[in-house]
Amino acid sequence: MRSRGNAQRAAMPLKGMVQRFAFVLLIGASLMLLVLGKAQNPLVERFRSTVFEVATPVLEVLSQPVIATNRLIDEVKSLFSIRDENFRLLEENERLRRWHSVAQGLEQENAAFRSLLAAKPLPSTAFISGRVIGDAGGPFVRTILINAGARSGVRTGLAAVTADGLIGRVIEAGRRASRILLLTDLNSRVPVVLEGSRYRAVLEGDNSDTMRLTFLPNAAQVTAGDRVVTSGNGGVFPPGLPVGTVTSVSGGQIRVQPFAGYDRLEYVRVLQYAFPQPEAQVRDQSP
Amino acid sequence: MNKAPFSVRLGRTLRSMIPGLLLLLCVFVAALPTGLPQFADVTPFLSLMAVYYWGIYRPDLLPAVVVFLGGLVQDVVTGGPIGLMALVLILVHAVGVSQRRFFLGKSFPVEWWGFGLVTLGAGVVAWIVASLYFVALLDPKSIAVQALLTIAVYPLVTRLFTRASRAVRPA
Repeated sequence: MRSRGNAQRAAMPLKGMVQRFAFVLLIGASLMLLVLGKAQNPLVERFRSTVFEVATPVLEVLSQPVIATNRLIDEVKSLFSIRDENFRLLEENERLRRWHSVAQGLEQENAAFRSLLAAKPLPSTAFISGRVIGDAGGPFVRTILINAGARSGVRTGLAAVTADGLIGRVIEAGRRASRILLLTDLNSRVPVVLEGSRYRAVLEGDNSDTMRLTFLPNAAQVTAGDRVVTSGNGGVFPPGLPVGTVTSVSGGQIRVQPFAGYDRLEYVRVLQYAFPQPEAQVRDQSP
Repeated sequence: MNKAPFSVRLGRTLRSMIPGLLLLLCVFVAALPTGLPQFADVTPFLSLMAVYYWGIYRPDLLPAVVVFLGGLVQDVVTGGPIGLMALVLILVHAVGVSQRRFFLGKSFPVEWWGFGLVTLGAGVVAWIVASLYFVALLDPKSIAVQALLTIAVYPLVTRLFTRASRAVRPA
């Protein structure tokens, strides 16, 4: 039965006072940290990154069995749908092969036009892959942790994508791990463009599963099903990354559903995108 | 002065660290990627259970400073405002310690009911502080679901704590 703790029968008055003092002190310390953290105090930031460096290896180790279990479950599930999956893939493969030949034709045509116009080629993008080791966040923030950090070239501000599209950006880069702020987080703002009509807008997260499209020109016509991609404005994300589709337009609110599903994230790619620099800067850098 | 052999003292020290380590484990386990849709937003608040449980049964083994540090680690791991979880956990610890006389020796449903009240209170405090911090009226749905889930799994998790507390009971 649950009868324990017969030690410390009656707390001594002095001990009680010390205890109460400790409580008040620690509550005060928490409140002070909140205020300092809000003001982005460098000491609090350093504390955060120090604990981050220590905590992430622990998470990485602990996440191994969870991921192994998830994979096993997926494998068992897929056993039951192999036949259907095979049919689906055959069909998709046929469709993709058709697209492949179309794309090849377009690529050549595009290259020909580019050379005619003497257009500058877009900078190429390298990427760093990381495994998701933390699906933290809780009820107020939407972030994930990956096991790639500054050592592998991850910097704050870089875009994070999956095969389906953009998921967010790096907000904290430790040595071996980094934190990604998902598009759905309250503090996420991404400059985007509607792919068809080329109207520019800002995609805001509000901690729900979908995002809100704001700062759209009044004249813009938006309908459900429109594709949203990054615009490359502001020099944060490379242009043209798929983000999501407009799901509803009602009462002045335009909601966007991300292409990338956040619940089955396992690997994430961080894009190392070199923004074209103004000529003067390039000249300064070259010896 | 009764000086016990070194091995005995070492064992005692290690065992007295169990509640603190369990609190840390709770913080980390809650942050693991589950692969379940939407689960990360409402993962049960495991550290809250640890703090409440040890606050009632063995507050001497989980002092307020350790609770505070555990909360800070949780704030860093989750990427939330630094100090938020530290504040919430300290308040829960204070409630647990001050009300332990009432709960000790009572049946489990009473302890569970107390935990329910504490969790709801903690949820409200966390929601208010986070809303002030982000200067936005946050959607209380996630935290409400999280609180209910936390209350629901309390009996399961504390069964593990009971096992652990048997290990740390003084000989």
